[in-house]
Amino acid sequence: MLLAEAWQFVVDHPQRFADALGTHVALSAAALALAIAIAVPAGIALAGTRRAAQLAIAAANVGRTVPSLAVLALVMPVLGTGFAPALFALTLLALPPILINTYTAVREVDPDVVDAARGVGMSAAEIVRKVELPLALPVVFAGIRTAAVQVISGAVLAAYIGGGGLGDFITTGIAMMALPQLVVGAVPATLLAIGTDRLFGALQHVLTPRPLRLP
Amino acid sequence: MIVIDALVKRFPGAACPAVDGLTLTVAKGEVCVLIGPSGCGKTTTMRLLNRMIEPDSGTVTLDGRDVATVEPVALRRHIGYVIQQVGLFPHWTIADNVATVPRLLRWDETKIAARIDELLSLVGMDPATYRERFPRELSGGQKQRVGVARALAADPPVMLMDEPFGALDPITRTRLQDEFLRILHRLAKTVVFVTHDIDEAIRIGDRIAIMRDGTLVQYDAPEAILHAPADAFVEAFVGADRALKRLALAVVADAAVPAGVAAAAPPIAATANLRDALARMLALGVDALRVDGPAGSPPSVLTLAAIRARAGAAPVVIDR
Repeated sequence: MLLAEAWQFVVDHPQRFADALGTHVALSAAALALAIAIAVPAGIALAGTRRAAQLAIAAANVGRTVPSLAVLALVMPVLGTGFAPALFALTLLALPPILINTYTAVREVDPDVVDAARGVGMSAAEIVRKVELPLALPVVFAGIRTAAVQVISGAVLAAYIGGGGLGDFITTGIAMMALPQLVVGAVPATLLAIGTDRLFGALQHVLTPRPLRLP
Repeated sequence: MIVIDALVKRFPGAACPAVDGLTLTVAKGEVCVLIGPSGCGKTTTMRLLNRMIEPDSGTVTLDGRDVATVEPVALRRHIGYVIQQVGLFPHWTIADNVATVPRLLRWDETKIAARIDELLSLVGMDPATYRERFPRELSGGQKQRVGVARALAADPPVMLMDEPFGALDPITRTRLQDEFLRILHRLAKTVVFVTHDIDEAIRIGDRIAIMRDGTLVQYDAPEAILHAPADAFVEAFVGADRALKRLALAVVADAAVPAGVAAAAPPIAATANLRDALARMLALGVDALRVDGPAGSPPSVLTLAAIRARAGAAPVVIDR
């Protein structure tokens, strides 16, 4: 049985498995955190402009179509191999969905509500904090959720540029024609992606202001 | 008091200025209605008052202070702002919406809670029922009641209202016009009210400023504008039925005279307006109506001749 053999591999190499899993999670989490830190403020700032926004969003949309593997391949000649280049590539991968969703969500906030906020005397910062961000949050979070799943599955490919993680088992599994080892990488990576999607879905619901939630 | 002096605003790319040398004074406690066709600059003028838009030249003075010298955010917290689309914050409860400006001004929370209930009652909404509701659960009329409560929350001396009743059905609109005008007069607010509806302007304005192409065409009490339009544009704007509109501003009691004997004519209420009285005369084919006074007092009579005299007479300044 394939799964039993894979499980035996994990039991035989607990440290290797734990390290790979840890690296995978750390790499993904760091990339996602970086991407959020960059793309959310950038998306809010872009929503206030027009020409810069069109340019940035067009670039993000192009970025979205570049396959994960291509991003990693493009990064390697410049930054070399290891954790840092993998982190860089994955952050790049996570930026477009968060940026596009944040920008769209803030743009979609009812202009009359924003006008009223200005008219009653909210400062620009107060309008963002009290009105635009809370109303945009569900859609922003949907972008983060998409990015998170992309990053976790993309992180599998990090092994190709020496980034470590569960992808290591898959690449060696393929190289050695060792199917159980491949499964040791593939199944946990898949479960991690599904689990993250569920977790962020729940978070998205919690963060949606109560009257705006779908019934 | 609001003093607008030689105000000019030209939007980039526009052929002519939106507001072109406007000079206007609104007395304290008065309702000034800005009216005119689309694009006449009425909304722009209103938005220049609280610096939502900055003028190219000219000044706006509020109670002796040039608004250009006041920080816009601080300025707006002391000017009520009501727009047609209301713009309630959908993620906040009704109570939180009403509390917006007091919270921005960092009032004490117990004071805010009391103020929320006071205002909701003022605009005719039961606090216990509506405090914790959300905007999406309210009808259009209720939303605008909350919108007005939000604007009144910090007790600003001046209220800016941009077609606040424009999106409501006629029955709700008339009811809210009457209710809010009573409230605003009682609170002695100075109001700048934008509309394109001449009937609304006549109904609620102490003075009406008729605008065209960014300039002021006529600025006067409704009675005076209906009696003597400044030019053909104003005459066309107020409508061919301006004599009837004038009659609607006067009540039966103003034109009725004591009757020697109890007339056999059909009755009309003393508080009805003269337009309705005229309509009743036409419908019944009579030229006099009996006006019953309070119980015990002798009835008076309203004649067609009295209405006709009233329609052609020079305006009487009605002190509201």
